[in-house]
Parts: sequence; C-alpha cells; structure tokens
Amino acid sequence: MNIKVIGSGCENCDKTNAVVKECLEELGIDTEIERVTDLVEIVKLGVMTAPSVMIDGKLVVAGQVPSKKQMMKILKK
Amino acid sequence: MKAVKTGWDFFRDQILGMRWLKDLVGKLLAKAGLGEGRFPGEFLHFFLYDIIKIFVLLAVLIFLISYIQSYFPPERSRKIMGKFHGIWANLIGALLGTVTPFCSCSSIPIFMGFTSAGLPLGVTFSFLISSPMVDLGSLVLLMSVFGGKIAFAYVIVGLVIAVTGGTIIERLHMEDQVADFIRQAPNVEVESPSLTVADRMDYAKNQVVSTVKKVAPYIVAGVIIGAAIHNLIPGHIVRSILGKQTWYAVPLATAVGVPMYADIFGTIPVAESLLAKGAGLGTILSFMMAVTTLSLPSMVMLSKAIKKKLLGTFIGIVCIGIIIVGYGGNVII
Repeated sequence: MNIKVIGSGCENCDKTNAVVKECLEELGIDTEIERVTDLVEIVKLGVMTAPSVMIDGKLVVAGQVPSKKQMMKILKK
Repeated sequence: MKAVKTGWDFFRDQILGMRWLKDLVGKLLAKAGLGEGRFPGEFLHFFLYDIIKIFVLLAVLIFLISYIQSYFPPERSRKIMGKFHGIWANLIGALLGTVTPFCSCSSIPIFMGFTSAGLPLGVTFSFLISSPMVDLGSLVLLMSVFGGKIAFAYVIVGLVIAVTGGTIIERLHMEDQVADFIRQAPNVEVESPSLTVADRMDYAKNQVVSTVKKVAPYIVAGVIIGAAIHNLIPGHIVRSILGKQTWYAVPLATAVGVPMYADIFGTIPVAESLLAKGAGLGTILSFMMAVTTLSLPSMVMLSKAIKKKLLGTFIGIVCIGIIIVGYGGNVII
C-alpha cells in the first residue's frame, strides 16, 4: 500500500500526517507514509487542495484534515 | 404582498440583523448602570452586540457554506470550467469562484492546476478575482448589516469585475508571463473522493472550527475599530474625508484597503460604522473589496507563479474596477 500525505508543509498537513500514522499503527499496517510537499510534485499528482491523502493513486481525502474515525473507515476498505 | 414584506422585514431585522440581541445587550448594560449615550456604555453596546452577532452568523454561515462547498472541490470546478468557452467560461469561472473553498494559501496550487489543465489564463483570473471577493458568506453577512439591495449590488459588481478583469487579461495574451515551472507542469486529472452526507457534515463542522479560530482575531480587531469609530470619531471628520462629496475618498479607501489582509467578516464592522458616520456607500464598497481581494501576502504568493508584468496588470485591473465601483456607488445610491 502506498500512502501519500499531500500538502506544502502547513500545520494542517502535519495534523493529517499524525492522524494517518496513528490509524496505521492501530490497524497494524506496516507501510511508509510518503510526504509530498513540493508544489510541482503536488500538481503532477493532479491535486489542488491541501491537505490531501492519496492511497495507491486514489484521492481519498481532499482539502481537509481527516478525523480519526474517517481515516479508519478509509483504511479498513 | 404585505404579509410577505412584513415576513421579510422580520427575517432581515430579527434573524439576520438580530435586533433582539441589540435590545437585550442594551437592557443588560442599562441594568449594570452603563446606559446609552455615555462613552463606555455605548462603546460596549456596539462591541458586545456586534461581536456576538458576527460570531453566531459566522458559525451558522460557515457550516452551510462548507456543506455546499464540499460539492465543488477545485478539481471538479476545473472540469466544469473546461466545458465552457469565451465569456461564458469567464462567467462560470467567476461563479464557481464564489462556491469553491479558497484561501490565499491555496491560490498557487489552484493556479497551477487550472493552467496545466489548459484553462485559458483569463478564466483562471476570473476565478481568482471572484473567489476572495465574493463568497456566499459575504452575501449573507452584507444582507444582515446593510440590507438586501446593497448585498446584491456588491455581489453583482464583484462578478462584473471578475468577468471583465479576466476577459481583459485574456485579450492581453500574457501567457508568457506565467512562471515556466507552471507552464511545464503536466495535466493530471484525479477523481475527487466520493462523500456521504455524514462526511459532508463532518467537513462543514471542521471548517466552522478552523475558520472561527483563524478569523477570530480579525473580527475582534475589526469590531474594536468599528466601535471606536462609532463612538470616538466625530461624524463630520468621517464625512469630510470619506463622504460622497470628497473626490479623493474612493482612491484613498482603495489604497488603504489593498495592502491590508483581513477577512470580509472582520471588515464589515469597520465598514458598518463608517457608513453610519456618513461615509459614502460607494467608498465603503471600494474599501471592502480592496481589503478582501488584494493583500500583501496574496501578492507575494502570486509573484511566485506569475511574472511582474502580469502581476502588475492583475493588480491594476482589480484596482481600477474597484475604484469605478466606488464612484459609481456614490453617484447612484
């Protein structure tokens, strides 16, 4: 599983990263979180809002810090 | 008809305008021995009433607006805008600008995303002008403070500036003025995540919390300045500097407003009290538009994405538009 947390280093991106990390640990999923902070890289992914989360190339969170509940639901799929 | 009008008046004064709250605050202050008319009492009256009103409206509005906005992420707006051509594309861009969630920090990714998708530069600028200037929140808040007519006038002229500004930029063919790294960015389309009603509610709730936190200092500052103008600055001074008769009032208001960075919610209490003190309505509209649309932080941000000539043109066009609105407003209303 490839997880990308996308956003150019704002406070909300850190929060999102923390939520994703916490959920992964709780579910016992062992995978690296890739942080995408470079604007050009972000646009290359087709994303225009931060913070966003992408799993295996699919945008699952766009433009908001996901709640833990929300993130768990997404990851369990 | 009469019943409709009475109903509307009640809605405007008591629900949107919260007249009852004003009376309540007045009575409580009178009980505390700080009746109307004297300095601390009247200052507090304006301050407390305005601050409670704005925060309540803010929370309700952001919730409703965010819910609507959750249907229009920029990725989706981009697709919709791509289906239109010519001036229609500018108009759609301006309209979508009002419903797409936007903050100055996301202007660059949005600019890059739109440009790389091959949207005309003018359409992108119509979007970038209308997005901070006109949003659903300002419409309702303006209605609450100034009444329906002024609110609609503000929205209509805001859209006109966005469409005309974008069209002019299009005609000037300044595509070479976009930073190279943006022109070379590839176009990628992604599906936006599908959201359930519960997701949208969650999103709206989170937006309320984060927006209130973010804009609270601006609102408090705005209301304090507003209350100070309301009580400490004599009307004749405001009238002589910002009144309809003063020829330089509009450019002055624009020049003061442009570098300032504030939210429309913080600007309105200042505008409200200036208007009550006799400033021209057009002048006030210019001031609000200048504050919300252009600011130093957003210019610094944009200067990374576009070259100086285009940035200058963009600022120039917006300023001229705002000044025309000001003079027009002072003459007509």
